[in-house]
Amino acid sequence: MALLEVQDLVIDIPTASGVLHAVSELSFSVDRGETLAIVGESGSGKSLTSLAIMDLLPRVAKRRAARLTFDGTDLLSMREPEMRKLRGSRMAMIFQEPMTSLNPAYTIGNQLMEALRCHEDVSAEKARARAIELLERVGIAGAERRLLQYPHQLSGGLRQRVMIAMALMCKPDLIIADEPTTALDVTIQAQILRLLHDLKKEFGMAMILVTHDLGVVARVADKVAVMYAGAIVERGPARAVFKAPSHPYTRGLLNCIPVPGRTAPGTPLGAIRGQLPNLIGRLEGCAFRDRCDFAAPECAGPMRYVPIDAGHDVRCIRAEARKAVA
Amino acid sequence: MSNIAPSLDPATEPARFDVAPARRSPFSAFLRRARRHGGLLIGASVLLVIVIAALAAPLIAPHDPYAQNLAQRLIPPIWHPKGTWEHILGTDKLGRDYLSRLLYGAQISLLIGLLTVAISGVIGTVLGICAGYFGGRVDAILSYVITTRLALPVVLVALASAALVGGSLEGVIIVLGLLLWDRFAVVTRSATQQIVRTDYVAAAQAIGCSTPRILFMEILPNILNALIVVATLEVAHAILLEAALSFLGLGVQPPLPSWGLMISEGKQYMFFSPWVIGVPATALICLVLAINLVGDGLRDVTAPENRT
Repeated sequence: MALLEVQDLVIDIPTASGVLHAVSELSFSVDRGETLAIVGESGSGKSLTSLAIMDLLPRVAKRRAARLTFDGTDLLSMREPEMRKLRGSRMAMIFQEPMTSLNPAYTIGNQLMEALRCHEDVSAEKARARAIELLERVGIAGAERRLLQYPHQLSGGLRQRVMIAMALMCKPDLIIADEPTTALDVTIQAQILRLLHDLKKEFGMAMILVTHDLGVVARVADKVAVMYAGAIVERGPARAVFKAPSHPYTRGLLNCIPVPGRTAPGTPLGAIRGQLPNLIGRLEGCAFRDRCDFAAPECAGPMRYVPIDAGHDVRCIRAEARKAVA
Repeated sequence: MSNIAPSLDPATEPARFDVAPARRSPFSAFLRRARRHGGLLIGASVLLVIVIAALAAPLIAPHDPYAQNLAQRLIPPIWHPKGTWEHILGTDKLGRDYLSRLLYGAQISLLIGLLTVAISGVIGTVLGICAGYFGGRVDAILSYVITTRLALPVVLVALASAALVGGSLEGVIIVLGLLLWDRFAVVTRSATQQIVRTDYVAAAQAIGCSTPRILFMEILPNILNALIVVATLEVAHAILLEAALSFLGLGVQPPLPSWGLMISEGKQYMFFSPWVIGVPATALICLVLAINLVGDGLRDVTAPENRT
């Protein structure tokens, strides 16, 4: 059984001009030891999805789902006190902005130890030992001295390492990393990704990596879910999706990335014309059809997932037509 | 690439930083800025003198502030031709030593200022932080309460309630404490609204912190410097209001040596012995001015845009 199972997740936000369907009918699952990358552009609902799993959505957003289970327990019927016990101890989150996600009023050590002592009745001595151990594990030298420092004394990369150590304090089963590398320099990005990947293997955790950077995905993900306008348009094993991208949107995204050695200097990179549709009101058919080069009248009709390969399916009627031909 | 061990790849090898950067601590930077702020220095010095005088009153007061001596009524202060060193600041209408009364009166003024602000600070901070954090309906209700309080004239309500419960030291502290929380609430609310949106509050929620913990351990320390400034200004406000209430006879009751009461008791002798109200009035002005200078100075010194 998968560690996390999400079926038909819907997130609605009521606004003055109608209901905004931020996320519609999202289904995916993550196993232990597996990395699922949720890829999509800004506003495609990927961050909301990760917040919905933790039940940390803004109050205005309403969450519904056919099924939302974590290690066999139903999260939908769970009350806040139990959910709070789960958060941090069994599912942890890493945020996008390391510059603002540590509290400036406390030392690093204080915050790390707090993350553990919120959930477990351990002595300060033990919590401190664990904090030092994890800081060293995430590649921070002189950990004992770092414990006494304040966030403003650390660089962005170091802060993100501290955030990772904080997420690991209670040995979580699932770690949700919401764009963990976007705010960092490119060289630091590679280090942090590698660290996350190693730690996931070492601790046998499941990881959900939310990102808009396909380069990031290619490095570490086992499975990919490409999101567009609140829906998954293509999902499958990372290798399959990169080898045979089947949705026009996925292909458009991949065309935007220069490949060293293959993209000749001077050739224009691909671009996807248009912009995200307005998600207010009832949505019908494929949300991408306004921007798609292959759009047909049938694209406005009902959509369903077409299997391409084992575990690889795509939400596009063209895939269906092509399969019929083949 | 394939035959190179991945850990040797400089792009992916985690960088190690051995030396923590040596920096000026936040407190010494604060002191450095404070030393360059004239108003803050003057205010703090005057305030320090008054606080020391109040604390040391039993040691330095030349006489018992309650001892009456009708033979020595209304002796003028030392700078007057008829002044004596026996009573440096003269005596009042009952022959009590004015300097001693002034020193003990400082105790009462400071006590009222601090206790009032302790009460109103707690009320205002809790209301403001809840309104700012929860938002929505909670904010609507609490904002209504705050607005209602702002619509009440403080002096009038304080007078009415003091008249109702009768004037006394405890009465004044409680009445003012229950009235002066509005500025705390307004400042806390808006400061909290800004902080709620930061990631470290979201991170605290994500590690499973309880709501009270987030409110008072995560958010409160980060709005404290704004609250300290409000607190100093409210101390001055409370001291002035106490003086006003005592002057009107509804505050501290005789024979306690409150400065407002001293002014009140001296008003009938104003024309022939002006020092009777001049001395406590000057003390009051100095104290309130000093506290206001400190409050303004703290605001300047702690404001991020003034940090260099």
